[in-house]
Amino acid sequence: MADLWLQFLLTIDATLRVATPLILCAMAGIFSEKSGVIDISLEGKMLMSAFVAAAVATLTSSALAGMFAAIGVAIMLGLLHGLASITLRGNQVISGLAINILASGLTVTVGIAMFQQGGQTPNLARAERFRPIELPFAEQLGGIPIIGTIYREVISGHNILVWIALGAVLFTAFMLTRTRFGLRLRAVGEKPEALDSAGVSVARTRYLALIIAGILCGMAGAYLSTAHGSGFVREMTAGKGYIALAAMIFGKWQPRGALLACLLFGFLEAVASRLQGVELPLIGQAPVDLILALPYLLTVILLAGFVGKAMPPRAIGEPYIKER
Amino acid sequence: MSPPPPLPRWADVGLIPLINVFAALVVSGIVVAIIGENPFEAMMVMIKGAFVYKGSLGYTLYYATNFIFTGLAVAVAFHAMLFNIGGEGQAYLGGLGAGLTCLLLDSMLPAILLVPLAIMASAGFGAVWGAIPGYLQAKRGSHIVITTIMFNFLAASIMVWLLAGRLKAPGQMSPETRSFSENAELPFIHDIANALGMEMARSPLNLSFVVALLACVGVWVLIWRSRLGYAIRATGHSTKAAEYAGIPVSTIIIVTMAISGGLAGMMAINEILGVQHRTILGFTSGYGFTGIAVALMGRNHPVGIVLASLLFGALYQGGAELDFEFSTITREMVLLIQGLIILFSGGLAYMFNKPLAHLLGALLSQRDRTSHTEAGQNG
Repeated sequence: MADLWLQFLLTIDATLRVATPLILCAMAGIFSEKSGVIDISLEGKMLMSAFVAAAVATLTSSALAGMFAAIGVAIMLGLLHGLASITLRGNQVISGLAINILASGLTVTVGIAMFQQGGQTPNLARAERFRPIELPFAEQLGGIPIIGTIYREVISGHNILVWIALGAVLFTAFMLTRTRFGLRLRAVGEKPEALDSAGVSVARTRYLALIIAGILCGMAGAYLSTAHGSGFVREMTAGKGYIALAAMIFGKWQPRGALLACLLFGFLEAVASRLQGVELPLIGQAPVDLILALPYLLTVILLAGFVGKAMPPRAIGEPYIKER
Repeated sequence: MSPPPPLPRWADVGLIPLINVFAALVVSGIVVAIIGENPFEAMMVMIKGAFVYKGSLGYTLYYATNFIFTGLAVAVAFHAMLFNIGGEGQAYLGGLGAGLTCLLLDSMLPAILLVPLAIMASAGFGAVWGAIPGYLQAKRGSHIVITTIMFNFLAASIMVWLLAGRLKAPGQMSPETRSFSENAELPFIHDIANALGMEMARSPLNLSFVVALLACVGVWVLIWRSRLGYAIRATGHSTKAAEYAGIPVSTIIIVTMAISGGLAGMMAINEILGVQHRTILGFTSGYGFTGIAVALMGRNHPVGIVLASLLFGALYQGGAELDFEFSTITREMVLLIQGLIILFSGGLAYMFNKPLAHLLGALLSQRDRTSHTEAGQNG
């Protein structure tokens, strides 16, 4: 029984760690999509910043420097997306897709040129990574049943970015509902002409949203390569940006819903990796691949309106043309 | 700034794609230079690798075959204003259709029956995988872009699950089916040429290329010479107007997505029936996404798509050559170029349009003026 409880706690712990990049990216997605800009480039921004974080961390021996560089590059990609979809009024899906493909090519090309390791970055040393933070008295309190074990296994031992990701949810919720900027952001995604006639620049608001999204994606990338992993591996995001996008939709473009969806999808992944190669009663070999496909399937079902209804911001995907 | 005169059609169709490719090559060239290699040398290696070396043209055309199918798929959907980015998954499932047909029937049917059946199965599986997102868009209001993205991942999961499980050939480790019998093979072009007495270097180019060209003709007829094509284009131009004219818009959306998915699914015949002769993991390797670049470059017209496919075929084959010639640049360079082409011809489409329209407008009006004054002097 105690063993089963520990297994459960370890899975929850893994869920948090797997969900962190999803949460950061989903919040990024909320910022851009609430402002009316479709953002399928979460994947590319995260991949690129994962590479830059690891590369800069290696060169400077500082995880923090790596993260700031990652944020910088993610913002640049966000601005590129903005140039295409806000200023030049191009197709936002195509622009996002281009950024994803660009990131795939660029990370490997530059990675091979810089480190000659087939697109990987060198293994990061301790100081070049975000280390787990053991909370005070975790070991001593761990002896207490239930609460103590939860404290030791689930709450303690995460790196700073996990906490930042959870903070980002609060930040996003606060920004959207409690600040003037948030109000404008939501308005610009629903009815940009209303904001325009109130004398607020639609383009400026959308660009700001994309910059915030870039910051969040940059941290997600840094988490993957310098906190969760210890170095960049080619294609290391492996569709996580799209899962985050799915989680954002699943959470109906709301911070709390998206957080829950990220935790659910993270839990599925954590369970799947625990079940790898495990024989289950009745069904035999655990269908790990199918468990991993559940986030996509659930999102399709939700989007089709079979369970609840996901309503995207009304003006999403439409470039704003100022009336003359 | 005064609004520019409309860009002449020849410039939009002929000039803009060239400028886009040029811009993409310049940016990639800068990246190559930063890495410390000579971009012109890299360019020469790619051109030689794509056209000059023995058998290289065959490889270029073999890659182009994939891109024609996936490019046509994206283009057909574009005509109905549907953005199908699920070509990757539809092609993957097409491989399942072809594979299942061959696994079941390759000991029973002769090639003349089996191959057409397998082609139909690949198109059919792809069509279903495209029609479901179409249905969800038309009837349930979910966004086609998101659904097709999700369907790509679902297809990948299904294929991993099947190829590592039920469909895996007994007694082997790698996740792939057993090899099919010879009845399931589309002949290589070099074999056909040699049989006809012509010397031709070995390459994976096979009869699928001809099927792809036929598909181009088929799409042209469909879009511009058929009632259905008219309905597709009308739906794309204005859903409301189409509805008012009595076109069943929902049905058209579903049918268009089925055709689009079917075309993407047919990409599998090149890889599965033409080259691999078994269904393997990940044989689509991103060609579905390349189809988007191809359709954008080719302006959604079959002729343009063939030309753009040749360009991308050359890029892929030439890019493979980079691996051998350089230690620092690899075929991933091609992904970079591809991303840039999509960016310039899609996302940043209007970046070159306006200045070019201004420039051409100025040039043309100047020519008009000179011809007028000349005419005046003569008269």
